[in-house]
Amino acid sequence: MDTPGLKQYEALSVESAAALRQEGAWRRVQRSWSVRIGGTALVVLVAVALAAPWLGTVDPALFDAGSRDLLPGERGEITTLEGATLHHKFLMGSDSFGRDIYSRVVYGTRVSLIVGVCAALVALAFGIVFGLCAGYLRWLDGILMRVMDGLMAIPAILIAIALVGLWRASLVTVIVAIAVPEIPRVTRLVRSLVLTIREEPYVEAAIALGTPTWKIMLGHILPNTVAPLVVQGTFICASAILVEAILSFLGVGLPPDIPTWGNIMAEGRIQFVSYPHNVFFPGVFLAVTVLAVNILGDGLRDTLDPRMARRV
Amino acid sequence: MNVMEARGLTIALPAGGDRKEAVSKVSFSVKRGEILCLVGESGSGKSVIAQGIMGLLPRTLPITAGATLLEGEDTVQASPERLRALRATRMSMIFQEPMTALNPVMTCGEQMDEVLRAHTALAPPERRRKTLATVQEVLLPDPERMIASYPHQLSGGQRQRIMIAMALVLEPALLIADEPTTALDVTTQAQILNLIRELQARHGMGVLFITHDFGVVAEIAHRVAVLRLGELVEVGDRDEVLKRPQHEYTRMLIGAVPTLQPHGRKADPGAPLVLETKNLDKIYVDRGWFAKHRPVHAAKSVSLSIRRGQTLGIVGESGSGKSTVARCIVRLIEPSGGEIRVHGEEIAARSHRALRPLRRRVQIVFQDPYRSLNPRRTVGDAIMEGPLNYGVPRAEARERARRLLELVRMDPAVLERYPHQFSGGQRQRICIARALAVEPELLVADEPVSALDVSVQAQVLALLEEIRTRLDLAMLFITHDLRVAAQVCDHVAVMSSGEVVEYGPAEEVFLNPKHAYTQALFAAAPGRGFVFGTA
Repeated sequence: MDTPGLKQYEALSVESAAALRQEGAWRRVQRSWSVRIGGTALVVLVAVALAAPWLGTVDPALFDAGSRDLLPGERGEITTLEGATLHHKFLMGSDSFGRDIYSRVVYGTRVSLIVGVCAALVALAFGIVFGLCAGYLRWLDGILMRVMDGLMAIPAILIAIALVGLWRASLVTVIVAIAVPEIPRVTRLVRSLVLTIREEPYVEAAIALGTPTWKIMLGHILPNTVAPLVVQGTFICASAILVEAILSFLGVGLPPDIPTWGNIMAEGRIQFVSYPHNVFFPGVFLAVTVLAVNILGDGLRDTLDPRMARRV
Repeated sequence: MNVMEARGLTIALPAGGDRKEAVSKVSFSVKRGEILCLVGESGSGKSVIAQGIMGLLPRTLPITAGATLLEGEDTVQASPERLRALRATRMSMIFQEPMTALNPVMTCGEQMDEVLRAHTALAPPERRRKTLATVQEVLLPDPERMIASYPHQLSGGQRQRIMIAMALVLEPALLIADEPTTALDVTTQAQILNLIRELQARHGMGVLFITHDFGVVAEIAHRVAVLRLGELVEVGDRDEVLKRPQHEYTRMLIGAVPTLQPHGRKADPGAPLVLETKNLDKIYVDRGWFAKHRPVHAAKSVSLSIRRGQTLGIVGESGSGKSTVARCIVRLIEPSGGEIRVHGEEIAARSHRALRPLRRRVQIVFQDPYRSLNPRRTVGDAIMEGPLNYGVPRAEARERARRLLELVRMDPAVLERYPHQFSGGQRQRICIARALAVEPELLVADEPVSALDVSVQAQVLALLEEIRTRLDLAMLFITHDLRVAAQVCDHVAVMSSGEVVEYGPAEEVFLNPKHAYTQALFAAAPGRGFVFGTA
């Protein structure tokens, strides 16, 4: 059975085929210079973190009273745990305990990247759950968002200090302490995304097709929040790296025996005038890392989430 | 004498587009005191031409050849300063959506005053006098209040009148109107078209009127130019082009315009009832802690019924409550009162949980094909979602999806593709396939062809008709377009301010409307009484 006329329209209609040529988001991401620059810098940093033992470093905890306060490039001796004495070139000098700053900065990369990535993941995970609930289950919205508002009213760094103070300082507590103040921000973002997406006709079509609520939330709404969340995640990562350094610098972060950029700078602060390299090198690493993550985030925002790029 | 002439105008598209040139070697002219309608489907380049003449093209769309002469002066070669001086004084433009074209933080009067301040040396009192006079000329009531109003305080029709007043305040020789009535209701559209025609005759301007609607063309044009993929296929007098189209593309387009004559198919009065609503009510209440409760009665006591194999059309302007009724019937929103019976089973008061087993009986197709499909899911996932929800095994659901794609005339191989790879018409077919996948008894179509070009609209309408007869479906068809309603409906309900004002068999309502509102609505239909030629 054929309807007369249909063929004729199909033959002559010029409905634009432009839709077919639309470039995939992944291609656009690959072509973005911000993503390339930020991504390359981060790949190098990750490689440095992973390959730390083979980059001419010594154990960052080793010290030697004879090699205190060396200037960058000077040679000195360092005692291993077994009691042997090594001749070592202190590329970035040494601190007042005679520890090799180069080794400590390189090992510190591990801590910063782990804290940054984990804090972002934890904040996103909780933010997504809360945001989806607040946005889709209207009865939960009021309660949940007032709690989040309350959390947002306290300065992030104070919450972090309080949380670390409650527990013993360790990598996990620092990550949680940094992630918690970020959760309300992610929740707000996810909630606002859900509120717009839930009005889309494709969600209504799914309701009409009898799709259960949890399937709509996970199958229709969540996948459409991914792009803005990836972008938000990079910014949380950058800020977490910075906050971790601040906590360490204030002496409320990781214990001083763990090499982190904040710890190194805190120890170097006292002799900053005579030996500025103690603060300078970890500071450069910190700045470069945060900058790289932010540039990557900008690039992702421009390519994945053009609406947000215009707004910001 | 030519007010405007385009000579071999060619505008390039950026690399990677679907064609090399947005507009290729287009030549036409607009004479003094003449309305030239530029007609074409979306993507034909009609708006690009308007922007080219005004010198408003973005840098990504450069004019590569040709000239546009405004009273003999080439605007393509003109400097930005010269173009700024020409705009508003010699040529001006009105747009489709006056809300976005007007500045929301300035009063209408200030915006008109700005035009006068920029282009004339008039003193403030004179400017005010001129502003008031122009607002009066576009027949706005209470001009003093109008110019003191912000755009959001006016209705769509009033905003468009303000836009027209702004465009005409300096008496330009050329007015470009880019789909000026597309966003308006049909009765408002008729008023604006009248206004443009009157002003054009009084001032003797040339008007370049861009539209996709042949009804509007029949209503307003002196001459018509038809564009297809950036090429001019036909230019001529209105009656010449509309009654004796030469090019096969024009013939196809005009053939695709539905007539206002009802189709005259006989509906079986004994067919079983599929849907029945009794006194259906929907009241929206503004609920706030501090705000006053101001209930909005979106649907008042609506009683309708549809029998198997038949189509009921709900016709009305925006805000009439037609979509509210449709969404209540699909239970996307909760009715405030009344009954909805599907095959005798009451569904209006059921909880969402109790409703789920019955959901598959009523399915819906939406207006906007670009938002109706989840961009992150494949076509196959979309069509299979319903059957999987009702426990159909995956393999069988897949087979059903393939069959349905064939039914809507698409290649079953597209199951693995994502929606962004399809055009609007193709997406709408996928949406229809998705709705049919759960074998519904009632298909609610909420303006299913309003976002589509006329030739695609004809395809989707023909497809819906074919499916209705083949599957013996009951259909509820919501539309604002009387031509479309005349083609598909067996019964018609006309809605206004939430109430059904007239309800009956399509032939009776169309040929002998009784209610004053229905009569006004039909009288406003563009191109009514104009007989289009066909092949």
